[in-house]
Amino acid sequence: MTLVEEPLVGAEHGRLHDHNPAAADADRPIGFGRLQRKEDPRFIRGQGRYTDDVVLPGMLHGAILRAPVAHARIVSIDTSEALSRPGVRAVLTGKDLEPLKLAWIPTLSYDVQAVLATDKVRFQGQEVAFVIADDRYAARDALESIVVDYDVLPPVVDLRHALDADAPVIRDDIEGRADNHIADWECGDEAATRAVFAAADVVVAQEIVYPRVHPAPMETCGAVADFNAVSGELTLYETSQAPHAHRTIIAMVSGIPEHKIHLISPDIGGGFGNKVGIYPGYVLAIVGSIVTGHPVKWMEDRSENLMSTSFARDYIMQGEIAATKDGRLLGIRANVLADHGAFNGTAQPTKYPAGFFNLFPGSYTWDAVYGKVTSVYTNKAPGGVAYACSFRVTEASYFVERMIDRLALELKMDPAELRLKNFIRPEQFPYDNKAGFEYDSGQYEKTMRHAMGLIGYDQLRQEQVEKRARGELMGIGISFFTEGVGAGPRKHMDILGLGMADGAELRIHPTGKAVVRISVQSQGQAHETTFAQIVAEEIGIPPEDIEVVHGDTDRTPFGLGTYGSRSTPVSGAAVALVTRKVRDKARLIAAAMLETRPEDLEWAKGRWFVKGDPTASRTIQEIAMAAHGTMELPDGVDGNLDAEVTYDPPNLTYPYGAYFCVTDIDRGTGKVTVRRFLAVDDCGTRINPMVIEGQVHGGLTDGVGMALMEIIEFDPEGNNLGGSFMDYLIPTAMEVPDWETGFTVTPSPHHPIGAKGIGESATVGSPAAIVNSVIDALSPLGVTGIDMPCTPGRVWDAMQGHATPPI
Amino acid sequence: MQIPAPFEYARATSLDDAIALLTRYGDDALVVAGGHSLLPMMKLRLARPDWLIDINELHELDYVRRHGDELRIGALARHRTLLESAEIAALFPIMTEAERVVADPIVRNRGTIGGSLCQADPAEDLSTVCAVLGAQAVIRSATGERVIGMDEFHQGPYETAVEFNEILVEVRIPIRPRSSSSYEKVERRVGDWAVAAAGGSVTLAADGTIEDAAIGVTAVGLSGRVTDAEAVLIGHRPTDALITEAGRMTSAAVDPMTDQRGSVEYKRHLAGELTQRVLKRAIARARRQEA
Ligand SMILES: Cc1cc2nc3c(=O)[nH]c(=O)nc-3n(C[C@H](O)[C@H](O)[C@H](O)COP(=O)(O)OP(=O)(O)OC[C@H]3O[C@@H](n4cnc5c(N)ncnc54)[C@H](O)[C@@H]3O)c2cc1C
Repeated sequence: MTLVEEPLVGAEHGRLHDHNPAAADADRPIGFGRLQRKEDPRFIRGQGRYTDDVVLPGMLHGAILRAPVAHARIVSIDTSEALSRPGVRAVLTGKDLEPLKLAWIPTLSYDVQAVLATDKVRFQGQEVAFVIADDRYAARDALESIVVDYDVLPPVVDLRHALDADAPVIRDDIEGRADNHIADWECGDEAATRAVFAAADVVVAQEIVYPRVHPAPMETCGAVADFNAVSGELTLYETSQAPHAHRTIIAMVSGIPEHKIHLISPDIGGGFGNKVGIYPGYVLAIVGSIVTGHPVKWMEDRSENLMSTSFARDYIMQGEIAATKDGRLLGIRANVLADHGAFNGTAQPTKYPAGFFNLFPGSYTWDAVYGKVTSVYTNKAPGGVAYACSFRVTEASYFVERMIDRLALELKMDPAELRLKNFIRPEQFPYDNKAGFEYDSGQYEKTMRHAMGLIGYDQLRQEQVEKRARGELMGIGISFFTEGVGAGPRKHMDILGLGMADGAELRIHPTGKAVVRISVQSQGQAHETTFAQIVAEEIGIPPEDIEVVHGDTDRTPFGLGTYGSRSTPVSGAAVALVTRKVRDKARLIAAAMLETRPEDLEWAKGRWFVKGDPTASRTIQEIAMAAHGTMELPDGVDGNLDAEVTYDPPNLTYPYGAYFCVTDIDRGTGKVTVRRFLAVDDCGTRINPMVIEGQVHGGLTDGVGMALMEIIEFDPEGNNLGGSFMDYLIPTAMEVPDWETGFTVTPSPHHPIGAKGIGESATVGSPAAIVNSVIDALSPLGVTGIDMPCTPGRVWDAMQGHATPPI
Repeated sequence: MQIPAPFEYARATSLDDAIALLTRYGDDALVVAGGHSLLPMMKLRLARPDWLIDINELHELDYVRRHGDELRIGALARHRTLLESAEIAALFPIMTEAERVVADPIVRNRGTIGGSLCQADPAEDLSTVCAVLGAQAVIRSATGERVIGMDEFHQGPYETAVEFNEILVEVRIPIRPRSSSSYEKVERRVGDWAVAAAGGSVTLAADGTIEDAAIGVTAVGLSGRVTDAEAVLIGHRPTDALITEAGRMTSAAVDPMTDQRGSVEYKRHLAGELTQRVLKRAIARARRQEA
């Protein structure tokens, strides 16, 4: 790339950015296209406002005392010394919360979780007491003066033994509980699958472990609660991906009426699913504010975030695949053991206790499929669905893509060829995947071949042959994933009874500038840009004239928030539809202005004109002024240019992609280098390709992290071994290659603008490509499987013939 | 935000002032140099000094200079200074190669050689480097200066010969002709501490045989040098078989632990593998010097 040297002073307006085409006025799209993020200036120039930036008059600070052990009965808690320390205003324990009925709160999966432990602690890092003090130092120091007497119990750490008859019972708080079993869930057809397997030429089995990982957002979780005892109003600043859902749940739990709660999610420094659930700290900040009469801030530190908040994955998957000798796929079976931690707090639609693991048949046609997931309690942090996973689609995709490669190895068949042979064909859509989901659209072969061309697949295989002859270890890995995102149709999908629909409100001001209010909450996804572009595309107002409001329950319509890549599929649809509603209204007004009938008008981006006479037209700006002016409006049209809708998606959208990864492995050390990575994504209509690429780059980096280094491990006592960034590794720029991206476009037939979600595609799709590449590199040594993370040591162990599961 | 236990802070204005402060506050005080080992431990409340004596103003301790046939490095010289020093790269490539893999740029901008050696973490890369290069440590107290070798300096994990009222002021490295060195580390990710690392240095005789050799390993349960493996090299012409044998002996000599970074078998293997790699590179470099 050549950089044009330009004077920093005296440059013409706009010229400074000439080498970035998206920034030049002339190229700036009114609608879809490359456009720099509207929110970036404030982040780049230090004007972001995060929860920890909120400072209120008289604000106090909270700190949480956490359990040092994984499983213990609480004998006693003595807070007297802590209370006597300078600056300490109050110390809360579970006993103080019991009369308020707040010692336990519901989880997102109809279980309960302790806010402050009353009877037992059930994981290391669990909340035990809350100190409120004048500043955060005094609060933190006072934690050391609280004396807790624990009666330590044997913990359940290894989930493979959680259901043993003699396993300690973790949830003895639940009436009648005699074991650690949470739920069994199944999908597909067990008998049909058994029959298919019985008749198949080839059957392969493989255990595939997706270890526990953490979303690790740069901003940890926190809240500032401000309860006004006179008005009864609660203002709550919170790191929340779902402000409206949180407000409703907090109203139900706390008894504070919903209309008296004002929940504000300011800028969020990364969510990835970590900020979907309601954490004890949020509740404690609220109680703290009620008790002290002051605003209370609680902000967790890095270790607290890593050790106590929502983890992801933790699936042990037994896979079996049946095929013909020449590589026609017949059947696939998944039998999963899932670790949900001490409280069942996974965030997913009520009817889907294993999330959307239903997607485990992947992008292929099968005669029969069967999946079963058994979830259990262990003495580990609760949570479950988090980290850009589209509700367990991550596990499902990883599973099927590893299984396909396992079969290719068995059949000595090229894994690309095996996939090409078995893809669902375009004419088969909408496609019932036999596990309960109906895929909307896809051109899998086209996308696959496009990717193979971009990466130079045949040349890579040739290079590999040459390298292998020299004893060098080079791998080529493929993952072809199909996601289901955009939860979801209200009749099937809800969280704690709240249907998963989202609202949008649009107002065009008299001068033709607009404000669109949405219920989803950006954590970095560029909603302020892309949603403005959707409005712009539909109505022709430039994106810079459109303000996107989100993250504030008083200023936005109800909806379930941002996670599971649902913003564009659900809220994006709402925004397109609300804009069309306004456009339709504008037509009525334009007809009155032009003294003609609405049917005689035609739309061109930004204006209504008389059919056959383009000069007779009114721009949307002129119409806006007229709507608010003195003109006599047609019957039934009131004097504004506003509308609102709530969008109930008819189905999920099904983005997909073909990912290729090239790795080199140092034979002497087991060190894996990701040399190349190509992601070809199909997310339907592309609103802002730059934002899409940004989402993909981030997700791919996550994928390298999970594939090569990320894992939360526990020792046999249940001590968390991943409680800091020295122990829980996340990738840096040094571990990732220059990302190569490409795309095809297969619009969603049921989405108003044909868009599918993209936020999690790369996180979902990339780990399998990397691990398949590592296995491919090691296959000359007889290796047929390795689990993440592929650290040098684990890879070397596999090279010696003793690959071990990480859990 | 991770919050350390309460502490007091004093900024030393001179070396004598620093030593006086340390003497006054005794065991309750700790020197802070780059702070990149001490502060993380304080934030996790694993270290709880009552007093921090900040020596960052003592610029007189921040230097790299040649003195006769020694290279002298001030205790406050930053990792970055060492990494970017052309003189070090020419004389002791082992140090440049180690500095490349010490943590990340942020840590290297602040962290010091003095802090690294005094921290005495078994995974500290510069400890191995200094051991292999036969460095000497200059330690100052109110009553004067003493100069000791690295074997005496390091007394075990997190333990050094530096007393509570003393300060490490300088590291001296002998410059030897026809010598060169190398360092290699395996880490799970850039900025991670070593899974294992090895450093090697050789001096070639005029006839091309190995006149002297030093081998050191990091994070595998052996501090100081691998003298048995060194012994098989000395006096011999460097051959692949000889180097393989030195690697084998290093593997046998180490005593690693299984942890998240790897199994005992793996780390043992790495100690040998990396030893062979650094010896080969050191020998090739020493030969080029001759030419
Ligand atoms: C994320 C991270 C990754 C790292 N990775 C690596 C790595 O891969 N390899 C590696 O080798 N190191 C690594 N380090 C450590 C880094 O090299 C530190 O800079 C170094 O260990 C300590 O140097 P410092 O100047 O920061 O010492 P400080 O933290 O200031 O001090 C460390 C100790 O030494 C004492 N001390 C310091 N200077 C003196 C002196 N002159 N006299 C007497 N006592 C003194 C202090 O009292 C303290 O006890 C890492 C650090 C971090 C934060």
